[in-house]
Amino acid sequence: MTRQLYEFNGGVHPEEHKHASTSRPIGIAPLPRILIVSLRQHIGQPAKPIVAVGEQVLKGQMIGQAEGYVSVAVHAPTSGTVTAIAGHAAAHPSGLTDLCITIAPDGADRWIEHSALDYRNMDPSHLRNQLRDLGIAGLGGAVFPSFIKLNPGATQKVPTLVLNGGECEPWITCDDMLMRERAAEILAGAAVMRYMLHSDEVLVGIEDNKPEAIAAMQAAASQCDFPVEVVTVPTLYPGGGAKQLIKTLTGKEVPSGGRSTDVGVATFNVGTAYALHRAVNHGEPLISRIVTVTGNVHRPQNFEVLIGTPLAELVRLTGATRDDTSGYVMGGPMMGFDLISTDVPMVKATNCILVKSLALFPPPPPAMPCIRCTRCAQACPADLQPQELYWFARAKNFGKTQEYHLFDCIECGCCSYVCPSHIPLVQYYRYAKSEIWAKEKDKKAADLARERHEFRQLRIEREQQERAAKLALKASAKLAEASPESPDDAANAAKKAAIQAALERAKEKKEGVTPRNIENLPPEKLQEIAEIEARRAKIRAMAKDAVEK
Amino acid sequence: MSGLAVFLGAALGFAAVRFKVQEDPIVEQIDAILPQTQCGQCGFPGCKPYATAIANGDAEINQCPPGGEDGIHKLAELLGVEFKPLNAEHGEPKPKSVAVIDETTCIGCTLCIQACPVDAILGAAKQMHTIIAQECTGCELCIAPCPVDCISMVPIAEDVATWKWKYPVVKLKVA
Repeated sequence: MTRQLYEFNGGVHPEEHKHASTSRPIGIAPLPRILIVSLRQHIGQPAKPIVAVGEQVLKGQMIGQAEGYVSVAVHAPTSGTVTAIAGHAAAHPSGLTDLCITIAPDGADRWIEHSALDYRNMDPSHLRNQLRDLGIAGLGGAVFPSFIKLNPGATQKVPTLVLNGGECEPWITCDDMLMRERAAEILAGAAVMRYMLHSDEVLVGIEDNKPEAIAAMQAAASQCDFPVEVVTVPTLYPGGGAKQLIKTLTGKEVPSGGRSTDVGVATFNVGTAYALHRAVNHGEPLISRIVTVTGNVHRPQNFEVLIGTPLAELVRLTGATRDDTSGYVMGGPMMGFDLISTDVPMVKATNCILVKSLALFPPPPPAMPCIRCTRCAQACPADLQPQELYWFARAKNFGKTQEYHLFDCIECGCCSYVCPSHIPLVQYYRYAKSEIWAKEKDKKAADLARERHEFRQLRIEREQQERAAKLALKASAKLAEASPESPDDAANAAKKAAIQAALERAKEKKEGVTPRNIENLPPEKLQEIAEIEARRAKIRAMAKDAVEK
Repeated sequence: MSGLAVFLGAALGFAAVRFKVQEDPIVEQIDAILPQTQCGQCGFPGCKPYATAIANGDAEINQCPPGGEDGIHKLAELLGVEFKPLNAEHGEPKPKSVAVIDETTCIGCTLCIQACPVDAILGAAKQMHTIIAQECTGCELCIAPCPVDCISMVPIAEDVATWKWKYPVVKLKVA
């Protein structure tokens, strides 16, 4: 019985160029001279360094821990010494520097102690945290932390688990080679996913231009203790896009702005399943991945490479640089970006290094005006109107681009590929997206500033009021003390009475006292006294006059 | 007939009260466009007072340098008036910056703390002060009060997280 397949709209058939790198088996890249591990390898918050310069680290030791919810850990790819924790040119279209941990390998490649996880007897949330700490993130390109996707959430189950072996982009063959050589391990990873999501069915979608991978996966599936359906899908770019593959396999469409779990489907790249197998069944963190090195090189091949390997060292494995090399692309020709330099380290997202030459990738012809032919709309696999998005993005009318669902654009490049006027359409969409993100960030900052400013105004006002109230209270207390109208009159009256009584007593005492030597005086003494009294009276009268004058 | 008129009138009156639409007052709408730097370059003590002045017709829409041309366009569109270029009297737009305190020079006088409109400076009397960079709006109001000139404005450098895709430059002719 063959499964009924569905079609998504649009899509293109670019030249595949896949055979170049599939003639050789996966090579193991030798230990590089130096390893530069970026702390920002996944979507979300960068990891936080937890080692110090000069510290000895073992292979697989966590050197950066997850910070925030959307984040995963990063690990030392080999044993050695941390020589720097500093900014280094990043594998990013900007070529700007980003925080990286540099490790000088000691050559011993000594592992840290690690063991398989007993995932069937583990609390699900503990298991997910373990996967976060083992650095597992989606290797299909978006590098979204896998532990978040492996949470079945409120629904308790995700009925359909899809392993994405589509690998639709030209030149890239890392998933193809992984499926050919390590099919059983991929399905061992799928078993863990199936267990965590309580899925009923497991589908592996592989494009029909990879017959060897299909055969290998089918052979492995027949040995599996749970049902796995390996589905051959027609080769049509971007058939390996998560939403497109879900449509092809199940006929379900992921709603605009929604996630695949909204329609009961979880999609993982085959590379992620392999990494999950290494993590759960061996306890190994994500420290290496398969990378295709192809294009204008002598021996195009896939390599298993340690994360953090400088890209220049990786490219050298395919032979000496050719004279006509014109540049390097990380990713494929449709969705990848030009590297400003090869002095950047490999990250978890690096699936392919494409070496360019003018013969293989001639510069695009000059862009001509849009003639509104709508061939882009016919090619768009996300059912958008690329010509309208282009007009609005060009006019910087970002509100309109959002109305036309700019954020459903997966930047696959089909529109630019078919455009007869050679307009770099995706560049306009990327520009509009980053402007909108920046504006949203600014708006958040403005809202925060407004809130803080208003709170400050409120605080100042409150403090003023409090101060005024305090002063008023003090003033009234003083006033009350000064005024005779004291609140407790009774006490006051008692006080007054006491004072009055004391005065009376003093007066009585004074009156009671009489001079003792005024009796039985001789007449001459009496006369002397009278004279003195008369003199005193005179003086008193004089003093009184002086005062009155 | 008149009974019907009275009934309909009452119904309309009731509906007007019951289903009253709470319009976002124009001051709030203007304030939402302003960048909330609270720098006072417009001549008003903050963004809200400037918004109120615009709403009352006491201020022009081109007095906000941090808002830039973009902000003026938005205000013109909201208020239905002509766009005017930024009034140079109020200053020039500058790259976004944050204040940085040279902590070896700071004497802990708290004057900058009192000047900061968004409480983005942390410190206490005779203790070293520091700026909470995430909260700083780059208004420069802390620079003037500092008696030892230890505050400087540092433009925010572009990094991988804030980098933006550039507007495509389309070559007209193949070189």
